[in-house]
Amino acid sequence: MAIVLDKSHRWRVLAAHAVLICLIAVIIFPFLMILSISLRPGNFAAGSLIPDQISLEHWKLALGISYEGPDGRMVEPPFPVLRWLWNSVKVATLSGIITLLLSTTAAYAFSRMKFRGKSQALSALLLIQMFPAVLALVAIYAIFDRIGNVFPFFGINSHAALLLAYAGGIGLFTWTIKGYFDTIPGEIEEAAKVDGASPWQAFRLVLLPMAVPILLVVFLLAFIHAIIEYPVASVLLQGQDQLTLAVGSKLFLYEQRYLWGDFAAAAILSGLPITVVFILAQKWMVSGLTAGGIKG
Amino acid sequence: MTQTSVLQRWAPPAIGIVLALGALYLVTLIHAAGETLLAGTVLTVTALAAWVYSSQRLYAYRYLFPGIAAVVIFVVFPMLYTVAIGFTNYSSRNLLTFERATSYFLDETYQAEGRTYGFALLSDGSIYRGRFEDSETGELFLSPELDLEDPTPEPVVTQPARQDPDGLAPVELRELIRLQPRLRALTVTMPDGGLVRMSGLRQFAPVQKLYALNPDGSLSNRQEGSVLRPNFEVGFYQNEAGENVAPGFQVGIGAAHFKRIFTDEAFREPFVRIFIWTVVFAALTVLFATSVGMILAVLLSWEALRFRGVYQTLLFLPYAVPGFISILVFKGLFNNNFGEINLILHGLFGIKPAWFSDPFLAKTMLLIVNTWLGYPYMMVLCMGLLKAIPSDLYEASAVAGAGPLTNFFRITLPLVIKPLAPLMIASFAFNFNNFVLINLLTGGRPDFLDTQIPAGTTDILVSYTYRIAFEDSGQNFGLAAAISTVIFAMVALLSWINLRATRITKDEAR
Repeated sequence: MAIVLDKSHRWRVLAAHAVLICLIAVIIFPFLMILSISLRPGNFAAGSLIPDQISLEHWKLALGISYEGPDGRMVEPPFPVLRWLWNSVKVATLSGIITLLLSTTAAYAFSRMKFRGKSQALSALLLIQMFPAVLALVAIYAIFDRIGNVFPFFGINSHAALLLAYAGGIGLFTWTIKGYFDTIPGEIEEAAKVDGASPWQAFRLVLLPMAVPILLVVFLLAFIHAIIEYPVASVLLQGQDQLTLAVGSKLFLYEQRYLWGDFAAAAILSGLPITVVFILAQKWMVSGLTAGGIKG
Repeated sequence: MTQTSVLQRWAPPAIGIVLALGALYLVTLIHAAGETLLAGTVLTVTALAAWVYSSQRLYAYRYLFPGIAAVVIFVVFPMLYTVAIGFTNYSSRNLLTFERATSYFLDETYQAEGRTYGFALLSDGSIYRGRFEDSETGELFLSPELDLEDPTPEPVVTQPARQDPDGLAPVELRELIRLQPRLRALTVTMPDGGLVRMSGLRQFAPVQKLYALNPDGSLSNRQEGSVLRPNFEVGFYQNEAGENVAPGFQVGIGAAHFKRIFTDEAFREPFVRIFIWTVVFAALTVLFATSVGMILAVLLSWEALRFRGVYQTLLFLPYAVPGFISILVFKGLFNNNFGEINLILHGLFGIKPAWFSDPFLAKTMLLIVNTWLGYPYMMVLCMGLLKAIPSDLYEASAVAGAGPLTNFFRITLPLVIKPLAPLMIASFAFNFNNFVLINLLTGGRPDFLDTQIPAGTTDILVSYTYRIAFEDSGQNFGLAAAISTVIFAMVALLSWINLRATRITKDEAR
């Protein structure tokens, strides 16, 4: 651009930098603070941002290792954090796979086939998505309570119940995958069909390999959604060993039993990997969608 | 035909038939367990699946069926069921179905007059037999082999005996205590026809069912001779004096919950307060998050600025960290006594605001935290929209001598706000139901002091509903479901407005 720059321009740039740096300091403050707290000894220690005395006690507890306190007593880990992390990862992985299976097949039909009620079904999927599951919690609880009367494996306090409850959340993902399929020309599959492939073979052997980027992105998004989901999990899971991270983490901060330092270590331990996965998913989402944009 | 093609031809139908038969067996099991509704659902799904996967005409639906079935069963059905529960008295007092409440009464027993027997459990480590000794005459009776794994065992018939069987010895006390729950489920028939059940760790005594079912549906109490009648208005069995006898059962109570929400003064007043705060909370959140996000987007789109990539990554961070962690981090940082924010405020200004016990400060805290959580999303959206504004507009305004503020308010804002409107409405709808934030940060507290049902000053409608259903005593599922139904209607209205807004933007873009 050929705009004449006046004198105030330099000052404005500097001021913008200053504002942004101050703002980032405020935004980042909680993260630095939590790192500092996780390294301080004790659960009530106050102090500067850089701890005077570094102690790894909270990290040991978060990793499930007991340690010897200053008074010589063994301090046991208050909560099974690694177990919660494992529960979360297990539920999220399975939920991601289920979501992928259900939404990919549905998206294939929506993108490539003609059938009655197609446009209505597509709009309905989007509309349903506007009503959050938190509004149906009472019914979800009642349904799995009754299922549990017959099949305890799928009842309250089971991970299978959680997986079933999450299986319905495929509306947006179906739309995303359908959008991607729409950008892949159908002629390639037609060619495969001319060579004698059934629609299922054309789908599995021709279309799916071309759609791997979007499948990966959808899997990661479903994975993250299951990890951070709180309301349904808080109603369906009750035993301490069954909890996911999202439900368990809040047990650290009860007024009567306030484990601030232990929470800090557990929060970093569990939050960091999820954050990294999320940022990667965001990056791939952008590149994955542009890579599919053959039609522009 | 070659062997593989035979396999290919017949394997799918065979597997299908096996699956269908398995599903039918499952339906029978569920029905036998008394869950008729569940059995019906599974049967319907199985029948639909059989139809879809056997009909060539419905080929496209084969791909749709699993996904659509999951959405219908686990998303749509719970919503409809929520509405239905809103018309019942389902709560912790009226938890059971009528059949289950009745069978609960019919299972109750009382200890009757008659002979008691000393009991010992004999075992050789693999099989168990019961040894019963008449406490008056000393006569000995032995049971056949007991199946203690079966949770609903058959009645056991004992035989008179002279002496203990060979090779079996009484089990240790610890073992007996471990097996006690299973032994308690046993009903034992003695040779004289008397029924005995476990009444102590080493004793069996005659017991009788407390209630008998009469043909008219009432229950006679055998011990006292009183009669219980089911009252389907209130969902309880009642005695002659009209008193409710627990446990209650679920019955439809019409629109009573809705009447209470809208007409009962004692209920409506806090409900309206909570509703107003919900709207204020959602609106202010959208306002703050959008303002901060848009200003940052404008700054970060300024080409004269260096390190924009670094700034953008750091500013995006609050969105990438899982919400449940950052909300709990703030809960700790804002803690009245040992939170770092109050330590800093105390050091700088000598004040310690009571973030969690003062209603106004608690609301302020919620808005601060939610703005922190929400602005990165708006920032990213605005940056995308800003790219679409042609740069010659700014060149023209520069020629006319306009400053940055004029640029922002005359060019940027009007062009961005229209495509942003549907997204802002969506964000409003999301925060209208932002249960996670409220539940994890304040739990709705501090509470109002003047309400019948516990309600918090920072509660929004969904968190209030959650408290009624799952937290505070009473567990009034029916009332919670009724409030959920009202929220459904509000969300539907918001979605409709959103749809209109989107359509208007699209039409103007053409």
